[in-house]
Amino acid sequence: MSIVVKNLTFIYNEGSPFETKALDDVSMEIKEGEIVGIIGHTGSGKSTLVQHFNGLLRPTKGNVIIKGMDISDKRINLRELRKKVGFIFQYPEYQIFEETVLKEVSFGLKNIGMDDERGLQERVKEALELVDLDYESFKDKSPFLLSGGEKRRVAIASILAMKPEILIMDEPTAGLDPGGRNFILSKIREIHKKYSMTIVLVSHSMEEVYELTDRVFVMDKGRIVMEGSPKIVFKNQEFLESIGLGVPQVVQLVNRLRGKGIDVGDDVLSIYELAKDIKRLYLRGRKP
Amino acid sequence: MIKNITVGQYIPGDSFIHNLDPRIKIIFTAFFVILLFMVNKLSGYIFIMAFLVLSIYISRIPLKFVFRGLKPIVFIIFITILANALFTPGEVIWSYGIISITKEGLWSALLMGLRLIFLIIGTSLLTFTTSPIMLTDGIEYLLKPFRRIGVPAHEIAMMMTIALRFIPTLFEETEKIMKAQMARGADFESGNFIKRIKNLIPILIPLFINAFRRADELALAMESRCYRGGENRTRMKELKFTAKDISALLIMFAFAVVIILNRFWKW
Repeated sequence: MSIVVKNLTFIYNEGSPFETKALDDVSMEIKEGEIVGIIGHTGSGKSTLVQHFNGLLRPTKGNVIIKGMDISDKRINLRELRKKVGFIFQYPEYQIFEETVLKEVSFGLKNIGMDDERGLQERVKEALELVDLDYESFKDKSPFLLSGGEKRRVAIASILAMKPEILIMDEPTAGLDPGGRNFILSKIREIHKKYSMTIVLVSHSMEEVYELTDRVFVMDKGRIVMEGSPKIVFKNQEFLESIGLGVPQVVQLVNRLRGKGIDVGDDVLSIYELAKDIKRLYLRGRKP
Repeated sequence: MIKNITVGQYIPGDSFIHNLDPRIKIIFTAFFVILLFMVNKLSGYIFIMAFLVLSIYISRIPLKFVFRGLKPIVFIIFITILANALFTPGEVIWSYGIISITKEGLWSALLMGLRLIFLIIGTSLLTFTTSPIMLTDGIEYLLKPFRRIGVPAHEIAMMMTIALRFIPTLFEETEKIMKAQMARGADFESGNFIKRIKNLIPILIPLFINAFRRADELALAMESRCYRGGENRTRMKELKFTAKDISALLIMFAFAVVIILNRFWKW
């Protein structure tokens, strides 16, 4: 198991008048090499949950075990943990601070104790290439002068350079145009295949989660209320809508068609598959 | 975490003092400070103490908060008391080597200590019972007469309002950036002093850049809604004098009379 969460409860500002229970008895398991999605309404506790995965928050009650390290144990080596778990925050480009792309991407590497210049450059090069940025032409540029999409890619590269075994992403595509969004999503797929990383994707976009993940956790009010493969989870349109979520457009379309008695398959993943299915039905209807 | 820092010390409530016009409260506080420095007898301080206790009671501010406000200045009070006790000439009652304590010294140390404590309690009562927005509104009105000599009253108030508005945002952002850098292995807790300062760079640079970006966006948003400063600008909440404010003014007047008369008493 890559990530095991047992009866995790987390309370912000415990003992003060601002006390809020953000997580309430959450348990989950994430397998090695899996891509899972976590969806939920704003304030449902998904960000709080994933911040436990690299020790940014410590459980109020319960256990979180990452690759065999129990983070409720005060003595664990956080540096070791953060080497294993990469965390890409929402709008990661806002954390950029260095003068050059090379320095920016090597920041994390230096922090985890890499100081050999050649090795650093090698890693930075590899990371930049993962996000399609040419090392030679970008390494000496100031990250602040890049375009929004490029900044995001540099910020992501700075995490990937650390070669984490688990990658956590909080809304990695927020604020990007469709091109940038598709680019990031295809890169996530590629990276997952290449390094067989465990990936946890926190997202508001049902489309993203539907297309990308093996398993989905649905959160509401600090609890996990549903869990399963996206195809199964998104069949519960009414329930998801009742907790302020939706279903991907393609699923909506399928549900509507089936509601009208048109028997399309209920497990299509994309609009292209749906089109094929409709074509199949149409042709069958024409040739008795 | 840093998130819990409340801006200013405003404690929401619905008491007589909370509902006073902020202008009255600011003027009252200013007078209070001036009068406080006119008092030269213990009887005057006892009167002021009674007045403060009554005000705190009426405002329903928990005593805990009142005393907490005194904490940061305990040191200053201590130094003041010590200096007054040691360096006031007069009738020596105790001495050791070059150190000597006089009767007058002890007396003035006591009065000075009380003066400082009452000063802090009195002024914090203003910030406890007035929201930052009301406070800046009040300051704007009170500065208006000075516009003739070039004091940009509205601009000053607007800047204060914006600054107050963004303090929690900046705290939130600091926390976010700190977490993001910690996730990249940054360490803010160990190392010597110089190293720790250096470690702050990855937080400070993004923080400043984001603050400037935010300022730009805010300016643009204000301009695109045709904001152009004070002239002829109406407000959502007009400040109005009510019967309460008149009575507060009367109380202030009576208070001033007592303090001034107190100077002529024998004890």
